[in-house]
Amino acid sequence: MNENSVPSDGPLVADAGAYAALASGAKSEKMSIRKLDFFYGDNRALKSVNVPLYDRRVTAFIGPSGCGKSTLLRVLNRMYDLYPGQRAEGEVLLDGENVLDPRLDLNALRARVGMVFQKPTPFPMTIYENIAFGVRLYEKLSKTEMDERVERALRGAAIWDEVKDKLNASGLSLSGGQQQRLCIARTVAIQPEVILFDEPCSALDPISTAKIEELIDELRLDYTIAIVTHNMQQAVRVSQHTAFMYLGEMVEFGETDQIFTAPKEPRTQDYITGRFG
Amino acid sequence: MTEAVLSDHVKAGGARARALKGFKLGDVAFHVVTKSSAIAVLLLLGGVIVSLIHGSAPALGQFGFAFLTSQAWNPVTEQFGAAPAIYGTLVTSFLALLIAAPMGFGIAVFLTELCPHVLRRPIGVAIELLAGIPSIIYGIWGMFILAPVLQATLQPWLIAGFADVPVLNDLFAGPPYGIGIATASIILAIMILPLIASISRDVFETVPPVLKEAAYGIGCTKWEVMRSIVAPYTGVGLVGGVMLALGRALGETMAVTFVIGNAHKIHASILGPGTTISATIANEFTEADGAMYTSSLIALGLVLFIITFFVLAASRLLLARIKRQEGR
Repeated sequence: MNENSVPSDGPLVADAGAYAALASGAKSEKMSIRKLDFFYGDNRALKSVNVPLYDRRVTAFIGPSGCGKSTLLRVLNRMYDLYPGQRAEGEVLLDGENVLDPRLDLNALRARVGMVFQKPTPFPMTIYENIAFGVRLYEKLSKTEMDERVERALRGAAIWDEVKDKLNASGLSLSGGQQQRLCIARTVAIQPEVILFDEPCSALDPISTAKIEELIDELRLDYTIAIVTHNMQQAVRVSQHTAFMYLGEMVEFGETDQIFTAPKEPRTQDYITGRFG
Repeated sequence: MTEAVLSDHVKAGGARARALKGFKLGDVAFHVVTKSSAIAVLLLLGGVIVSLIHGSAPALGQFGFAFLTSQAWNPVTEQFGAAPAIYGTLVTSFLALLIAAPMGFGIAVFLTELCPHVLRRPIGVAIELLAGIPSIIYGIWGMFILAPVLQATLQPWLIAGFADVPVLNDLFAGPPYGIGIATASIILAIMILPLIASISRDVFETVPPVLKEAAYGIGCTKWEVMRSIVAPYTGVGLVGGVMLALGRALGETMAVTFVIGNAHKIHASILGPGTTISATIANEFTEADGAMYTSSLIALGLVLFIITFFVLAASRLLLARIKRQEGR
């Protein structure tokens, strides 16, 4: 049903024009969040948030716990729709199309906007199937094509060398860091346009974290990325833009260098220097 | 402040020691009472097994292994065989599962994934009420309402519909009695449906929400999430729940006795009358004169005990595995 919604020759291979755009510093808005309010029942968790996600850039969302970062991420692929009593108002545009439109095909949206969670979430199946399962939802591939796609996804997530000899082992048999990279591979395999990372390293050791950060840096050549993180060094390392949120408000958005060296808002200054949060 | 408390302790030393001693006595008594209660269960179980074996020894000694395979059931000549009762027990339980398991899974899926929140509680309560109805009520309802209805509608339809289909025409051969193996299976299915539905619902709820979110996150539909994520994750537990229901169906007596027809004969047709182990025992124990008759009935009981023991053991094992999986 969703076969038409995913270009079979998707953004895994970045075209020359995009690299040129990156090099020249020109940036276009892949997603635009405008005047977004979000409610858990009567509780207003996001207050008129405005923020752009630039094409093929990493945007980091920082702020103290409960400030609405993860909530914002869950709006971008309508994950909140699974739960009653949660609703969003405002506009979230993906290539100019409003994601919040109730008539939108959610499955198609989630194929375009992939998500990697805080805890690794391998499916209860083999490593190979973890990747192939998602691909099969959208494309009918021959065995060889599927093998290639699985390998490419696992290589893309820098986990191929570790699992190539045990593709038929359960995804649950891997270590936490490997599981997380498997989940990234799974997300990459269905060729989304935007990838959302919700604190992807918070359950991982420093070595795995370094690998994932490296990976995110590579992925940005092909994808638009949003990452929620509590680790400000991580935000500095992986992102080009940073958004600081506090109590459901977007306090400051700007280039990462500017946010961390010369924040305009005193609250941002306080947070990044560790005075609260 | 701390010093004051300390000196209080020292002053109260004697009284405190006495109080502690009192606690200890109470604790010992508590320990003994609970331990003996626990041991009583083991003794009871052992007693049941011993008396079943002892009681069935004459019958099993006389008929040997043929007791399990013989279709004879003749109190006059004192020839007894358990085959029709075992067959009826297994077939009614199996058919009941065949009907109730898919429905139960369906109910559980609807309740956990699809149902609007306002409906969740009423449906859940209704299922539990269904489980609370005494089996005798299912029995009279089955006999006076369900059996005549089936006799007039479903059974003639089945007989006519499959008359020309090989194999199936033997399975659904007339005449439509109303009561029989099929009716008993339907009653059993209604009785175990709540059990399957509520266990499956509990098992489905062990799936971590984030796992389901991840699956929705790559664009799965609800059906794909259920089939490819929830079902494999909970598979063992579902089988365990079904086995538990099977254990209940195997031993169910009253409702089955009402509607099964109580015939010691294996019919090819599932519409024909039959009997189950528990129905036979319930029907005939009062009129069992003669040692061999009584002993044969007890031997039937032993057979049922062994069957249900293995089914329940298997279900417990499987359900324990899903609990461990959850803790992972």
